[in-house]
Amino acid sequence: MRFLGQVMVITMKDLRAEMRTKEAINASFAFALVVLLLLSFAFEPTEDTMREISGGLLWIVFTFAGTLVLNRSFARELPNDCLDALIAAPIPGPALFLGKAMANFVLILAVELVALPVFGIFYNVRWTRQFWPLMLVVVLGTWGLTSIGTIFSALTVNIRLREVMLPLLVYPVLIPMLLGAMRLSALLVSGQAVTGDDTIWFKLLFGFDIIFTSLALVLMDTVLLG
Amino acid sequence: MLVLAAALLAGNLYVIAHLADEMRQGQIFRIIFFHVPAASAAMIGSAVALVASVLFLVTKNFKYDALAVSVTEVGLAFLAVNLVTGSIWARVIWGVWWAWDPRLTSALICWILYAGYLILRQALEEPTQRATFAAVYSIFAFTDVPIVYFSIRWWRTIHPQPVFFSKTGSFPAEWGRAFGLNMLAIFLLYAALTKIRLRQEETQREIDYLRRTVHAF
Repeated sequence: MRFLGQVMVITMKDLRAEMRTKEAINASFAFALVVLLLLSFAFEPTEDTMREISGGLLWIVFTFAGTLVLNRSFARELPNDCLDALIAAPIPGPALFLGKAMANFVLILAVELVALPVFGIFYNVRWTRQFWPLMLVVVLGTWGLTSIGTIFSALTVNIRLREVMLPLLVYPVLIPMLLGAMRLSALLVSGQAVTGDDTIWFKLLFGFDIIFTSLALVLMDTVLLG
Repeated sequence: MLVLAAALLAGNLYVIAHLADEMRQGQIFRIIFFHVPAASAAMIGSAVALVASVLFLVTKNFKYDALAVSVTEVGLAFLAVNLVTGSIWARVIWGVWWAWDPRLTSALICWILYAGYLILRQALEEPTQRATFAAVYSIFAFTDVPIVYFSIRWWRTIHPQPVFFSKTGSFPAEWGRAFGLNMLAIFLLYAALTKIRLRQEETQREIDYLRRTVHAF
């Protein structure tokens, strides 16, 4: 219980700090919009094209916009030695990781939930037909993005070219999750239900989230103190 | 060790060149003698890198860090060989240089992950931090490797089904010996190159130590 309390303290701190300035979330919204706009020039949004590319397009937007939030996550702690203060605080590394990850999760999910209707409007796609399965995919995929992004944000916080290194390291590790999320999203956005062979992607997403969250919890102390 | 590897390879090339043509594939089948061992060597290499990374995090002994980076760097080269030979084979048999099926894609992802490992190492200057963070990244990267191996069984794929462990493939007996020898040769080559790289790492550390001693850093 104490662990959860500590996690909540970190999560609320991060969310409160973000809500007061809204830097990362505004930049992320704007970036998602820009990418959606640019991608609309790349394709003729006909029914058939959209059925094929919607999943991929959505997750590219989500991943790129999410990286902006994730970069800020630990970068925000650099001025005034806040990172040292966090490391010295009497909370275990895993609690710090979970706190930051949950705050990032909320922020990235907010951006995605705004980007989805915009996507629907720009590309003339009725994406609400399989709403709850789609939400499940979004939540699972975003948690995968967040957990890996948070620990890599901690890893890259002090190295030069941090803004470039974070995407470079995170995206390849994310690929299995993206594979599953894109295929499922493409199906669900076009209104089809997920059946038969395709349910393996859900298992992949679950497994991916569990494996990498556990790994991140175990390795967070090493990253903070290394 | 390098001499032994070279000798084995040279001998095997002779054997392979004189094997009878396979029925359906013509000359190009011979590429499997290099393509598959390169892949296996890279896989074993990444497993060694994982063990070395974990051991470094546990013991903080830098020789494990040196082993991890050597094995990964050589593995990157062998994985590149795997991808390129696969591409050449694909162009001849399937008519395309590349196909986005899970097996090929996973191999490419593996390559990118380990390239990322090396790029991360370059970005970190302080040796302890570099070793620690690289070890953490290596652990994350390794979890992709099983997906490469199992993807051929999990997803529909156009990659040929594994020949040794399934009932549907066929592999004539006289090839087995040449294949086994070539596998050994390539593994030895891998070990020899790793040893060379390891010696480089040790020398680098010694130079750093000497520099620190005379305050020339």
